Amino acid sequence: MNSNNVVLKVEDIRKSFGENEVLRGVSFDVRRGETKVFIGPSGTGKSTLLRCINQLTPPDRGKVWLDGEEVTNSGARINYFRQKIGMVFQNFFLFDHLTALKNVELALLKVRGMGKAEAREKALTELRQVGMEDWADHYPAELSGGQAQRVSIARALAMDPDVILFDEPTSALDPELTREVLEVMKKLAREGMTMLVVTHEMGFACSVANEVLFMENGVVAEQGSPDLLLHDPRFTRMKDFIGRIDSRMED
Amino acid sequence: MDQAVFLFEILLPALMQGLVVTLQLIACSAPFGLALGIAVAVGRQYGNPVVSWLCKTFVFLIKGTPLLLLLFILYFGLPSIGITFTAFVASVVGFILCNGAYNAEYIRGALISIKDGQMVAAQALGMTRWQAIRSVILPQALRRAIPGLSNEFIYLIKYSSLAYMITVIELSGAGKLVATKYFTYTESFAAVGIVYLVLVSITTVAVNILEKRVAVPGTTRATAAAQL
Repeated sequence: MNSNNVVLKVEDIRKSFGENEVLRGVSFDVRRGETKVFIGPSGTGKSTLLRCINQLTPPDRGKVWLDGEEVTNSGARINYFRQKIGMVFQNFFLFDHLTALKNVELALLKVRGMGKAEAREKALTELRQVGMEDWADHYPAELSGGQAQRVSIARALAMDPDVILFDEPTSALDPELTREVLEVMKKLAREGMTMLVVTHEMGFACSVANEVLFMENGVVAEQGSPDLLLHDPRFTRMKDFIGRIDSRMED
Repeated sequence: MDQAVFLFEILLPALMQGLVVTLQLIACSAPFGLALGIAVAVGRQYGNPVVSWLCKTFVFLIKGTPLLLLLFILYFGLPSIGITFTAFVASVVGFILCNGAYNAEYIRGALISIKDGQMVAAQALGMTRWQAIRSVILPQALRRAIPGLSNEFIYLIKYSSLAYMITVIELSGAGKLVATKYFTYTESFAAVGIVYLVLVSITTVAVNILEKRVAVPGTTRATAAAQL
């Protein structure tokens, strides 16, 4: 398999909410197996960008392609693309009335039309991937935030997606729970999953990202390897931003 | 006449016959009332503007007019345009419409209370809106609607007595017939009242059991129910 092939192509995405222009033309290509991390101040459209990719928020302009097929303007076929573009949310959004296992099974049964035994088998495999198979029969309210997020990652994985979008997956978690979720994400990255991650975890970005995109005011302000953005003197804006965070944390 | 003879040979047999009719009215109305309530609530909340408006108007009309009026129209009015129901069927249709409209409001309240994230997560997995409503939203909303729905079910038990006004001899009607024939108003209607109390008590216990069985483990509701 050609590891350089582009699996996801995002072109000139623009989105406004009323007067507020949140995304002002964002474009990038994602190669298979690559991890891209989006960093930047809040309100710069990072989450909106992810939602524009799987059309949960339809963009005003611009196009998204998955494996050469257009995702934007795809009508009812969007439900096919959404299987192939997994998503993990800041607040997990597990289905509250279902056990961890059934959370993972549900779309396999309803969307993929799998048989019960097969769906169960697959769901258990995905829970094992994230270290949650012992919690299969527990309900979301019985799980810690970190456990819930790992289940939601398993739920996304179950659809065999080409790419997974992570929308601030650890922002609702304390540092210890953050670590257990990041471990799972690192493992996925090593295993070759293609991931787009909106996060404030610089450590994760530096150790996993093939490329960091620093977003500001609805555009990609700086783009490059973590090393380049952090150490090359030509790039200053992300360093400034991180400096501001660090100094705030020292206060 | 001996009180015991009156009670066991006249009043109770008559009330039992009436009770059977009342139970038939409820059994024929409640399931469809629930189904109608779900359909109207979902239609109003998730349907296109036309469907939503129709559902809203339906609820408005039923809420805004007395049930008795509806029964009169169904039984005495519709024959003039060629639709003739038996008194029993007219009652059941009226009860379904009334029960459905009120159920719809309880269910709608529960639908609104489900966080958007549930729908978003379902759609992000490739589910259609309809699949998400059926498999994710409704199962949660119906659990939350149980207290309201059980309230409405209890109302149904009681307003089923209105069927007597269009000649269905159900529990209240049976009591009335005995009362007027033997001039035993207090005894007869007290006995009728006791039967309704028993019906409502059984319902209350059944709803408590149902609520515990469908409670989602780990939620506050489940915890509170377990402590009872």
